[in-house]
Parts: sequence; structure tokens; C-alpha cells
Amino acid sequence: MAVSTLAGAPPAPQPPQPEEGKRPRRRGAYVPYLLLLPGMLWLVVFFLVPMLSLASQSLQTGDVDNGYALTFNFATYADALSTYWPQLLRSLIYAATATVATLALGFPLAWFIAHRSGRYKNFLLVLVIAPFFTSFLIRTLAWQTILGDTGLLAQFTAFTHTDFLLSGFKSLLRTFGLISNDQLLFSPFAVICGLTYNFLPFMVLPLYANLERLDQRLVEAAGDLYASPVQAFRRVIWPLSLPGVVAGTLLTFIPATGDYINSVLLGSTQTTMIGQVIDAQFLRVLDYPTAAALSFILLLLIVAFVVTYVRRAGTEELV
Amino acid sequence: MADQSAGDLILRQVTKSYESFTAVDNIDLVIPRGSFFALLGPSGCGKTTTLRMVAGLEQPTAGTISIGDRDITSTKAYQRNVNTVFQNYALFPHLDILDNVAFGLRQRKVKDWKAKAMEALELVELTQVARKKPTQLSGGMQQRVALARAVVNRPDVLLLDEPLGALDLKLRRQMQIELKRIQQEVGLTFVHVTHDQEEAMTMADTIAVMNGGRLQQVGDPGTLYEKPESTFAANFLGQSNLLSATVKGVVDDIAQLNVHGTAMTVPASLLPEGSTEIWLGIRPEKVRILGGADDAGGDSEGLNTLSGKVTDVSFLGVATQYLVATTWGRELTVVQQNDGAPRAVLGSNVRLAWLPVNSFALDASQDADAGADIGEDA
Repeated sequence: MAVSTLAGAPPAPQPPQPEEGKRPRRRGAYVPYLLLLPGMLWLVVFFLVPMLSLASQSLQTGDVDNGYALTFNFATYADALSTYWPQLLRSLIYAATATVATLALGFPLAWFIAHRSGRYKNFLLVLVIAPFFTSFLIRTLAWQTILGDTGLLAQFTAFTHTDFLLSGFKSLLRTFGLISNDQLLFSPFAVICGLTYNFLPFMVLPLYANLERLDQRLVEAAGDLYASPVQAFRRVIWPLSLPGVVAGTLLTFIPATGDYINSVLLGSTQTTMIGQVIDAQFLRVLDYPTAAALSFILLLLIVAFVVTYVRRAGTEELV
Repeated sequence: MADQSAGDLILRQVTKSYESFTAVDNIDLVIPRGSFFALLGPSGCGKTTTLRMVAGLEQPTAGTISIGDRDITSTKAYQRNVNTVFQNYALFPHLDILDNVAFGLRQRKVKDWKAKAMEALELVELTQVARKKPTQLSGGMQQRVALARAVVNRPDVLLLDEPLGALDLKLRRQMQIELKRIQQEVGLTFVHVTHDQEEAMTMADTIAVMNGGRLQQVGDPGTLYEKPESTFAANFLGQSNLLSATVKGVVDDIAQLNVHGTAMTVPASLLPEGSTEIWLGIRPEKVRILGGADDAGGDSEGLNTLSGKVTDVSFLGVATQYLVATTWGRELTVVQQNDGAPRAVLGSNVRLAWLPVNSFALDASQDADAGADIGEDA
């Protein structure tokens, strides 16, 4: 076989195998490469090639009717950035807020499932994933029926005579600029609600996987060494859960930044996120270079964020 | 001292029940300050639950726990001046050794925490690894770190939950001596939970034997071993030969016994009160082998003797262990020092002898095999 020419390659990353006497070496040498092949091919065809094409597109000039030419026109990047920086910034802020919200909701939930749910553990985990059984679009639309002016929330507060709570909540949101008038829907608040809801499982699952491995006896040991529950959380539970927190925040923040469905369905023209802009540039304005440039800017921003973030978290003496 | 009993750990009628069973059943215990106390029993006997109640990790269903005259029954774990060396050590993996040891000091805002933590590491001879992570240390070293982390706080009571269970035999022997030394050096009250009777006897001043949630017997290792008060204690601490016997009468403070037709004696003071049917107990090393059945010489005067046949011989190095079948089929274990005397041969008929004062007597209503097969390491 032609693949056997790879025999001189550096030691292949193969899973540790139990010693079974003298097995033919040659076979063990190329099997990992064979196994890697489909995945590599997939990535080359569907990731690397499109990325290069996108990069090239972002540097071209021309229009749809007369065709494009690669002119290394970096001005597109400058133009795109100066025109759409508010949408970029907004995307980052919404995604960051939603990430913090999923963490605040997800941590206690993951802790409860991991350590307090007993025999209901698997059932609760299924419930966490259950929303995935319906489409993303429908789940997001559901928020319209919840937050609408005559939606479930309004009906509920009217029914229980707790309207005053709702209006109090609204004025609080107004103070923070999360709604602009009396309407909950079509506001930054609604978009962040949608993002938080849709990405919550991506926070809960890695956190659960991490917290489940956290030895409860360490928490007992902290208590035994004079740490109150709050101090035990701060000095033992939180530092040990950081790998899960990092994984969860990345899985939430990255897709939330590029998301546009929540903004389309639950937001207004005042809440446009960068995903919407890219979508419009590609499919309606047909300005491919700007769309491609914006895609790359978003990509670079996220990569820069991830690198700094992971570095930061990495210094926290992770195990 | 004005008030020597000020720091005693006192358990009064402590009970811990769960829905379906009672883990600890009405325990009364006074553990004097500065003593090395062992709670000994098989797994599931309630010793760990007792320890956790003292640590504040479990709440007793009934009863009170106090240190001196301070009732700590409902005090939270983090408010108790009690520290624990956990079975799996429970070292914080994200902190280095020094930070682990200093955890309690910093929690209590002790100013010179660093110096004190280093001092504690010196005590366990681990100053050189102060900046390493727990996972970089061997099991024995982690064990010592866990000990330093507890000792450094100078608690009123230091609890050790099977602290040597995860170590290999040789290391365990070393650590037993080490623990004893450290306890004597710092003078704290150590309460040590273990299922290993040898470990308990090596280290503790006082041992409380527990079974089924109850205290069986409390005493110093010597008394527990020589004069057990129950078949459970007799079998759990070392080995015992128990022979069923009937008390025929008492003459001059000597009880006359009938053991399957053989006349024997035991000091009347050792008899359980009011019993006529008893288990006569004798430890294997207290039995001497006198040679052939015909060798009923004058030197057996005043001894209890019994003839039997050697059915098994195992050479143990420092001693030889024999199994000797009596005429009625009961096998006795006999251990003889290898002091140069000729050894008995497998299959030969021998006479066994022991001093009556070396035996003990237990009420026959108890199960002769209680605690027999659970004494050794799981």
C-alpha cells in the first residue's frame, strides 16, 4: 500500500494499547493516519477552502453583475469597521451579558444536578437538553408569546394582580436602557433573554461535567478548616470549577456573538447585531467584499477574545 | 493545672438514626484531653459516623457533644475548633502544599500564617515540597500534608478517619510511629477511627471497640487484649480460642470447670457474673505445647491441660502457628515462638497447657464467632 511510505513519520498520536506481544509495527504506524483522513478531508473541503475563498472575496473589488477581481483592497476592512462598529460592539455586549446570565443561572442548576438530584440526575439532564427537540426558530418565537404586550407574562401578572411587579421591573430595565418604552418585546432585553435561553444548555452541560467530578469531600474539608459556605465557594469550589466555566462561557459567548435569529425575531432596528449585517450584505445588498470582511473581523475579534480569556483563566492555577 | 478536664471531648447518649437504620446507638464516651484515642470496629459499625458528628459534618439525632463544658452539638463544622484528617486526605488540588497547610490559618486570619504553616511542614518533614502541588506527591507524603494541615490549627480535638488506609503495609508501620510521635510532641487530643486492630493497639492510649452502632468495650490496649468482655472483642482484637465450659463450683476463689469432660480451672474473679455456662477463652500465644500425650509430667501442675492432634503447621518466621484438634473436634490455634525448641510435627499427638490466670471467661449466650472474620484488613 502506498500509505506504508508514512512508516518513517514521527510517532503517531495513538491511544495507549495494552501490550499484546509482538504485533506487526507497520500496521500500527499508518492506521492513525487512515483514521484521520476523512476528518482532514472534510475540514479541507468544507472549512479551509471556503475560508480561503472568503479571505480572497474580502479583498476583491467589483460587483455582482460585472464580476470581481482580486485587488487586495484592504480599504473594505476600514470602511466596514467604521460603518458597522456599533453593531459589532453591540454583538459583543449582548453576547457577554447573555453569557454572564447563563453562568448565573447555569451554575446553581449544574451544581444541583451534579450533587443533589440523586436518582433524578439523568432525568434532569434530559430536561436540560429537551429544548433541542424543537427547532431553534420555534424556541425563539416562543419568547414573542411570552414577552408580548398581551403575552403570557402580562396575562399572568394581570391574573395574579401583580402588575405592579411587572411595571416595577420594566422601570428597572428602562434605567439600564434594556427597554426604551413600555414594551418588553423588540428590545435589547428581549434579545438577551432569547440568547440566554437558547445557549443555556451549552453552559450547563460543561459545568455539570466539571462539577460532577468535584469531590464533595473537598467542600467538607474546607468547612472543617473554618471556611463558611460562601468562603468555601470562593476558595475551593469556584477555582476548581474554572475549567468548566471557561468551556461553558466559550460555548455560549462565541455562537451568541455571531447569532442573528434572536435579534431578528425579538429585537428591533435598534438592536441589530453583526450577524444580521453580514446576512444582509451577503443576501440582500449583495456586497460580498464587505460581508466577507465583516466575517473576518468578527472571527478575529472572537479569536483575540478567546486567547486572552483562556490565558487569563489559565493563570488561575488550574489543575 | 487548675482544670485538667477543661478540654475533654464528651459524648452523651449520642444517637444517629437514618430512615431505615440506626448508625450510632446511644453512645456515652469521655475522651480525656491530650489522649490518643482509637475508635475501632468493622466497617459499618458507626465509628465514622461518630467521628463525623464530632467534626460537625453530621448532626446527631439525639444526645449532646461537648468539649469541656462547651456544648458544640449544634455548632456548624466551620465554627468548631475541631479538625479532621480525611480518609482520602481531601487536599485541595488547586493549591500548593503550603497553601493547603495554611488554609485554616488564613481562614481564621492568623497573622504569621506562613511561619506557622512552615513549622507544621517541618513537623512532618516536608518543608522541601512546600511549593509543589498535591498530585506531585506520593500517598505517604500527601498523608503527612493532610496531618500538617489539621495539626497546624492546634484544634481542641484532631480527628483521623482511617488515615493510613490507603498506604502500603510498610509505610503504614512507619506512619503509625510517626503519628504517635507527633501526637506526643503537640499534645493534642487525637481521635483515630480505624478497622485495623493492630493499628489501634500500636498507637492508642485508649481503644473503644464498636460494633453495630454500640460501644462494646473501652479500655487500654493491654486490658482489651488480655481480658476482653465479649466474644466480639475477643475475636476482633487478635485471635482467640473459645471453649465451651460449665462451672462446677468455686473453691478458694478458683472456679472448677468442666470442658468437654476435662477438668480445668479459672480464677473466680474472671467469671462473668451469674453465668454457669461460659466460653473459656485463651489466646494462641498463651498456650504451650508439652509434647506427646504420655508426657503428663509434674510440670503441668496448676496448668489447664488438654490433649489433641496437630492438624496444621505454618511457619511464620518469628513464630510457628499450629492448629490442634481436640478430642471433640474443635481446632485450637497455638502460636509458639521459634526459640530453638523442637517444633511439633504435623499429625503428632500433643498436650496443650496454659496458666489459668492467662485465660478469660465470657458468658456463653454470645455467638462464639462474633467478629471473627472481619478483623483483618479489607
